[in-house]
Amino acid sequence: MARLTAENVELATEIIGRYPRPKSALIPLLHLAQEQDGHLTDDAMTHIADLVDVTPAEVLGTASFYEMFKMEPVGRYMVNICTNISCQLMGGEELLEHAESTLGIRPGQTTADGLFTIEDVECIAACTEAPCLQVNYRYFHKITNGEFDQLVSELRSGARSDIPAHGTLAQVRQHIPADRQAGSVVPENTEVPVWLPVSEDGNA
Amino acid sequence: MPESEAPPIDGVSVEINGHEVIARKGELLIDAAERAGTYIPRFCYHERMKPVGMCRMCLVEVDTGRGPALQPSCMIECTPGMKVDTESEITKKAQDGVLEFLLVNHPLDCPVCDKGGECPLQDQTMAFGPGESRFVEEKRHKEKPIPISDLVLLDRERCILCDRCTRFAKEVAGDPLIHFINRGNNTEINTFPDEPFSSYFSGNTVQICPVGALTASSYRFKARPWDLDTTESTCQMCSVGCRISIDSSRDEVQRFAGVDIDPVNWGWLCDKGRFSSEAVNADGRLSEPLLREGDSLVPARWSDALRRASDALAKASSPQAIGIIGGARLTNEDNYAWAKLAKGVLGTDNVDAQLGDGLPAEVVLGLPAATIDDVCAPGGTVLLLAPDVKEELPVLFLRLRHAAVNDRVTLIEISPRTTGITSLAKASVQPRPGEVGELVRALVAGSNADRDIAGIAVDEINSIRSLLSAANGPLKVVLGRSSVAESADAVVDAAAAVIEARPDTRFLPVLRRANVRGALDMGMAPGVLPGRVALDDGRDWYESRWTKVPATRGLDTEGILRAAADGRIDVLVLLGADPLSDFPDQDLAARALTGARTVISIDTILNASSRRADVVLAAAGFAEKAGTTTNIEGRVNTVSQRVTPPGTARPDWMLATEIASRLGTEFGFSSPQDILDEIGSIAPAHLGLSIEVLATSPDGIVLPLDLPVDEIAEEAIDAAIEEIVDEVVAEIEAEIEEPVDDFIDVLAMADDDGFVPGSTPRLVSFVSDAPLPVPPLDSYAFRLIATRKLYDQGTIVQSAASLAPLAPGTSLLVNPWDLDRLGVAESGRVTVRSSRASLTLSVTSDPGVPRGAAALVVSQADVRVGELIDVGDPVTEIRIETA
Ligand code: SF4
Ligand code: SF4
Ligand code: FES
Ligand code: FES
Repeated sequence: MARLTAENVELATEIIGRYPRPKSALIPLLHLAQEQDGHLTDDAMTHIADLVDVTPAEVLGTASFYEMFKMEPVGRYMVNICTNISCQLMGGEELLEHAESTLGIRPGQTTADGLFTIEDVECIAACTEAPCLQVNYRYFHKITNGEFDQLVSELRSGARSDIPAHGTLAQVRQHIPADRQAGSVVPENTEVPVWLPVSEDGNA
Repeated sequence: MPESEAPPIDGVSVEINGHEVIARKGELLIDAAERAGTYIPRFCYHERMKPVGMCRMCLVEVDTGRGPALQPSCMIECTPGMKVDTESEITKKAQDGVLEFLLVNHPLDCPVCDKGGECPLQDQTMAFGPGESRFVEEKRHKEKPIPISDLVLLDRERCILCDRCTRFAKEVAGDPLIHFINRGNNTEINTFPDEPFSSYFSGNTVQICPVGALTASSYRFKARPWDLDTTESTCQMCSVGCRISIDSSRDEVQRFAGVDIDPVNWGWLCDKGRFSSEAVNADGRLSEPLLREGDSLVPARWSDALRRASDALAKASSPQAIGIIGGARLTNEDNYAWAKLAKGVLGTDNVDAQLGDGLPAEVVLGLPAATIDDVCAPGGTVLLLAPDVKEELPVLFLRLRHAAVNDRVTLIEISPRTTGITSLAKASVQPRPGEVGELVRALVAGSNADRDIAGIAVDEINSIRSLLSAANGPLKVVLGRSSVAESADAVVDAAAAVIEARPDTRFLPVLRRANVRGALDMGMAPGVLPGRVALDDGRDWYESRWTKVPATRGLDTEGILRAAADGRIDVLVLLGADPLSDFPDQDLAARALTGARTVISIDTILNASSRRADVVLAAAGFAEKAGTTTNIEGRVNTVSQRVTPPGTARPDWMLATEIASRLGTEFGFSSPQDILDEIGSIAPAHLGLSIEVLATSPDGIVLPLDLPVDEIAEEAIDAAIEEIVDEVVAEIEAEIEEPVDDFIDVLAMADDDGFVPGSTPRLVSFVSDAPLPVPPLDSYAFRLIATRKLYDQGTIVQSAASLAPLAPGTSLLVNPWDLDRLGVAESGRVTVRSSRASLTLSVTSDPGVPRGAAALVVSQADVRVGELIDVGDPVTEIRIETA
């Protein structure tokens, strides 16, 4: 798959412009690439490396630190089922087992139609609503097997326009016109704060 | 390693294990302790890189007044009154714990691991570790090893994640092509898929990896550290002069490693230097002399080969009919012996260690000199009028990079095309080939320029002009021959302009080949004599010490080759030189080899030129002979013998001595040390140099020695007088058959003999002639730029199995604007035509090449750039047509 599309390069340029150093835009650009392709392709990472002037190894090093960036293709819907302590007590394991048998896949796998990937995850910080799960990081609380089946069929039929494909963080895109930006001044070009020379001397 | 020296007055007093230690201001505790004799164990800390506190092995108990607490000693600076305990129970427990954790996932590879026996993890586990593991679970397993470059292999499960290799790649080399990938228990070092760690400096990571995670493909499973014999020496793959250790086992070189000397390489090596170890014992090494019989070279006895060589030299019609080219492969002692043979015995001044691709000897020896440290001094301004240092002098690149990145050094680059250092330079311009002199004149002029020069816009000229005039202290210039497709005149003219405008400027002349600087110092150039003196200035001095000195200035390599091509050279001696491959003008080189009556080649491996020789003498190569070498700075350091030369190959000094003897002059040299003694007592810039002086200075010695000049002269005179006195005494004693003890009389006799010690001749100073005028620009023609890459078709690179495939090849690089104008498709085929020849090759668009120019890399497979070049022209003009 692909480098960033022309349209996304334009967005990327805008994003880079928000930061004093291009490199700071790395994470937002990775999200942009994941939105474009559903996961991070090698080509996209290489492209981003060019855009922010680092090496592809540095991009991969950063991206692979974060669980939510996927280096391999995943389903359109990433279903994260919590099996940590609260959820486990409230039936999380059973929910996972139900998901596995209805979708016919094990955690980490993707359905043949490319729609669903299941992950068995640790606490997702909704313990009061156990057992819970996320689809593309949107929460579903106190889920029963029936509700799970219902959700799956809604997703299959395309009835859940509120849940965009994996990789899309928000359906409303943030735009910050250049004149509204907080100002991205390279630290070297700002005035040296009075305390800095003092502390460099080791006297502060 | 922190050196032990007297503590500075403004030091910081700390207490380490109950003893007072005076640390330097800002010094890290781990360094201060080591200087005071307390070694704190460590994995991630490396004295040439910024500390990261990654491994926690250096935890010690530190009390800064708030009670003792464990602190990583590589991350804290010494503060007054700090109390440190590196041996407390708590410290020991911490070390124990860190090691136990590190070993949890560390495989039991020691018996088959290259590092075993010299492994910090092994050693420190023995010294500070728990002795036993409580871990019974299965260890982590990974595929092993995986190549992360053509030269380096990675065993991820051995890695302790110390961040040394990655810090080196990013901070030191500037090639962050390896990185920590993934997180937590899955963290590993790796490259981006399909983008290998192809840094010119990758081998350093193998050396600094504190475990056997990174290994060199050329050394893997070759030897065990305890079987290795080690000697320190100086790398001879370029003229930076990095200090190395040579490891051998069973009389075979196994590997080279970097040795840290402060003024030069800081422990780093480039991969070309490091892996040239493979070339020492390469296939094709000459092990015996060869003589021409008809069309072939056949093995011969040394006595026959030497007789053929000396007969040819003896029968030369005149001294001017002898030419000697080469010297960069030789040690200083070899060069001195050859210079003495050429100039003092044969009487020819047609001697040149350079192959028409450097700078005139007077420029190199005569300009006020700067050392690498001078050039890199914090806050300074450096003008780079030099080839791509990353390609030609890689460790100098590392030093310059450090200076620019960490020490606020302003680099201003003027180069024919963009280089590996361009991105670090404050300003970088690419003038049209041949016009750099005029540009530099404008840059150092007293007032702003009012027009574009050499294709550089007037505004840009003036902004660089103001950078240069804002320079703090004297300007430093790195001076070299950036492109062999144009004559050296333009850059010499540029140097003249700088020194005229700013007389306090200092220069680091950067010639490329191994000991080329030492060869020039030893008089292996026309118009100079050993010890950096001009022929005319040194004539009296040397006439009284040698038997003769050439009457007039001789020819340089270009002149010798022209004379040979015209049939005026009877004997052409090639001292490790291969003009057919390396002289910029290949047509001239070929005609010269045909025109010379006898060609004698002295070399370690047959090359294009020596295949056409009549006599080939097998020479001992690097690691096979001892002596001294001189780097770009004029710093003399030792090279050492570690293994036996192949067969009966001999060091070059021995061949010169032998030939001199066959011609009736006994040099009396029986070891390199004899020669060094003679150099130290008569070569003016080298007076006082001796093996003892070198032994006291592992960093090498920058000449001339810092002794007061009069003292040196007197010492030398005294020594010379003593020698004469001894001789005369011996003569008289022989005559009167009894011992003489009245020295005064003898001295009087010696003086009567006409011996005048004379005063030391002055050293060469810089002169420049007006450059040849460059032909006017022609809008159809392009000016050729011919540069070098680190890996090429050179004999040594091609003899090292790991390096040979790395030579990248070349295509014609043209500015995209010109490519458009020509209507040639990117990566299409074009025909390049010069006044000499035409070549067909593919073309690549490259915005780093200025408009109106086209660049090629010399010494690459298939494209013989030298065929296009006529050294008689100030620039090489070419035309480009679609093929
Ligand atoms: S490979 Fe070696 S140098 Fe690199 S992080 Fe691992 S242990 Fe350290
Ligand atoms: S920079 Fe030159 S001297 Fe240093 S290791 Fe490389 S080739 Fe050898
Ligand atoms: S345990 Fe499931 S959300 Fe916390
Ligand atoms: S050496 Fe100090 S933390 Fe590694």
